[in-house]
Amino acid sequence: MDKLPGYRRPHPGTQPDYDFPPYAGTARRHPTQPLVIPPQTLSELTGPLFGRDEVKPTDNDLTCQHRGAPIGERIIVTGRVLDEDGKAVPNTLVEIWQANAAGRYPHPTDQHNAPLDPNFSGAGRAFTDAKGRYRFITIRPGEYPWRNHYNAWRPAHIHFSLFGSAFLTRMITQMYFPGDPLLELDPMYKCLADENARKRLISSFDLETTIPEQALGYRFDIVLRGRDATPMEQ
Amino acid sequence: MSDDVNLYATGNQTVGPYLHIGLNWLVTPKIAGPRVSGERVTIQGRLLDGDGKAVNDGMIEIWQANSHGKYAHPEDKQRKPVERGFRGFGRVPTDARGGFRFSTIKPGRVPGPGGKLQAPHLVVSVFMRGLLKHLATRIYFPDDAANIEDPVLNLVPAARRATLVARRKAKGLLEWNVRLQGKGETVFFDY
Repeated sequence: MDKLPGYRRPHPGTQPDYDFPPYAGTARRHPTQPLVIPPQTLSELTGPLFGRDEVKPTDNDLTCQHRGAPIGERIIVTGRVLDEDGKAVPNTLVEIWQANAAGRYPHPTDQHNAPLDPNFSGAGRAFTDAKGRYRFITIRPGEYPWRNHYNAWRPAHIHFSLFGSAFLTRMITQMYFPGDPLLELDPMYKCLADENARKRLISSFDLETTIPEQALGYRFDIVLRGRDATPMEQ
Repeated sequence: MSDDVNLYATGNQTVGPYLHIGLNWLVTPKIAGPRVSGERVTIQGRLLDGDGKAVNDGMIEIWQANSHGKYAHPEDKQRKPVERGFRGFGRVPTDARGGFRFSTIKPGRVPGPGGKLQAPHLVVSVFMRGLLKHLATRIYFPDDAANIEDPVLNLVPAARRATLVARRKAKGLLEWNVRLQGKGETVFFDY
């Protein structure tokens, strides 16, 4: 059969280590034995593909999932999904989840003393178009405390989950907002050693995306792993 | 240092404790429908942290070939049949005991390095709060004669290989546990 090009190894500093003491949750949940580096085979160079008919057209609008409008500042979050060669990743599933405007998740283990919003569930999904673009309508999530260390607060963020076209392009990240004073105090944001890699987790305010009288726009481009120029296997 | 000319993959971040809000809509514990060919198997297990405590806020995803050893993916150019209704993807959250369970069919053999066949296996991603990036591992099948010549299993130190092979509990029922640390720590891969 044809030899397939593999996926590039991560550039140093641009991906987190599993053992990262500032984030206390890693202590008992990171592997302690060395990871095994195997060849990339057909099993990893392929991966699940999803169809547009699997999501509803309104799944990308988190403000219209209930009878009323959610409390909070309505925003548009949009961007492109690219590979490391700058090529668009079309027709790929993007899943998001986030806290409500008060910084609360509708989840049994979230005990933060902030109100739930009966009009906001905080989950959405979308497919990228032919140019790799996705778009969500949502509300700006609130910051919230967590118990990682004394007086620890998470910066406002939206979780993003992407598949790309292979097992090896699977990726979950968090999008942050520009100018958030909590970023420099946040172990999750700081877990990337490379400063540029960290900054690329911050969305940018975008006047072109902003809808007059309606909603501020934020751009967040996501880059998935790219292919090697030549096949891995000899 | 990265620079603006080169695009590097976006950094991974943890799924956090509330992943199920965003991801449970796609929970898929039945990977193979009733018409899909192959040996039926249910795989169950637990996700355990370094203290042996249940990870009740985790999730696993599974990717596999069909019983012919063919992936439902355009880059699999093998002349083998794809099967209608079989994507080969599973997603299962863990329960209060850290448990997960899914049903599928045993996949066929797929090519590995140099075109040499691999033993039947599932590839698995593990997600949870406390992991800054998901972990990749594999599930192999017990008593499969091909395991002994599998090119990936053979890269793993012999003493740790058993962590990648499910155990037979009953007819059609296998057990495979994920231990993040300590005795019997599961082998994870870095690609």
